[in-house]
Amino acid sequence: MITTDIGIIGAGPVGLFAVFEAGLLKMRCHLIDALPQVGGQLSEIYPQKPIYDIPGYPAINAQNLVEKLMEQISPFKPGFTLGERAETVEKQPDGSYIIRTDDDTEVHCQVIVIAGGLGCFEPRKPDITNLAEFEGKGVAYMVKNPALFRNKRVVLAGGGDSALDWTLFLSEIASEVTLVHRGDTFRGSPDSSEKVAELARGGRINLLLQSTVMSIDGNGHLQQVTVKGRDGTDQQLDTDYLIPLFGLSPKLGPIAGWGVGIDRSAIQVNTFDYATDTERIYAIGDINTYPGKLKLILCGFHEAALMAQSAFRYVYPDQKLSFKYTTVYGVNTF
Amino acid sequence: MITLYVRNETGGREPVEVPTDISLSLMEVLKGYDYPIMATCGGMALCATCHIRVVQGGEQLPPPGDAELDMLDTLPDAGPDSRLACQVRVHENLDGMELCILGNEY
Repeated sequence: MITTDIGIIGAGPVGLFAVFEAGLLKMRCHLIDALPQVGGQLSEIYPQKPIYDIPGYPAINAQNLVEKLMEQISPFKPGFTLGERAETVEKQPDGSYIIRTDDDTEVHCQVIVIAGGLGCFEPRKPDITNLAEFEGKGVAYMVKNPALFRNKRVVLAGGGDSALDWTLFLSEIASEVTLVHRGDTFRGSPDSSEKVAELARGGRINLLLQSTVMSIDGNGHLQQVTVKGRDGTDQQLDTDYLIPLFGLSPKLGPIAGWGVGIDRSAIQVNTFDYATDTERIYAIGDINTYPGKLKLILCGFHEAALMAQSAFRYVYPDQKLSFKYTTVYGVNTF
Repeated sequence: MITLYVRNETGGREPVEVPTDISLSLMEVLKGYDYPIMATCGGMALCATCHIRVVQGGEQLPPPGDAELDMLDTLPDAGPDSRLACQVRVHENLDGMELCILGNEY
């Protein structure tokens, strides 16, 4: 088990800067992020975009800001668990918490800071009434273990790059592959869409354009999907698997079940110290909400500073906090 | 000032008056009027929580760009009249447009 003072969920800019503010008060941090690298949205979504509202930088490239933050916090030697999603938090008898990830990493901390930004990206689901009933029983939203589909019949739905790529991949191992797409053309990579068209012409896959999966059926396991075609008629397809690939949508994810107050997919905090309604759990950055909230990196930085002042009393209950300027005292590292 | 119409759950049309001298997206305007739009990603065409359908009057709209089309392409319930409100700038050409909000369920 990893032991630290503050467990930070989310290694985006605000989670990273929280390490600095905590470090000034001699609190150690460990960060957990579902993404395989630090930086959150900045690294994952817009690494090359310039940001214009970071004080002191008239313009700074997003990835560059992440690198500067990493440099700024390195004296405080934060720990990182990347590529793992924080699943559960468990309160201990002494008030501290254990955070557990989907890979069973455990982080014991006195305080939890949720800096989860947009949340986790989860698969977007089509509107099929009994879809949930067959999840894990023939309906899958990603291909985790390709061997599962060997010599099976697979229906894929979607028209983006991932639908094209998985169609090409599965056509090699599945016994029968059908791709159902709402449009009549693909916007994905021209190379992949040409390959898919070629497989369809050669009869290696079934390509159903201007078609939609309307309903699914089975007896304990998926057996059949009904597809509405371009002429408006329904056709039944026998299948072992349905893989809807409609992209990813940011969701609060497991955090929604941790008992902290939530309003419209954001965590409610007070503006005194950005604490949630649960003692020792704070939320900072884009994931929180309060009257007047602005989703700005610089606001997240401010929230991190106030959070750290407040969290101090849980980490050092016997010490009195005295506020010190870095210009007077410097940055005393660990 | 232009007037937009938002179709509500009962099929009624709610007029929304919007000044055009502000540089805002349609998502920001609808959010400002307290319509239930989460806009999780803040306007980067990433989350589709501001997915709308243009019921009528969309002829004057500039066509969607690549980022918007890529996202619309992945949505299970997108149609030919679908747009992401965050990618539509408020402009005179929106006057009289009627829309309904679809993105809530994501």
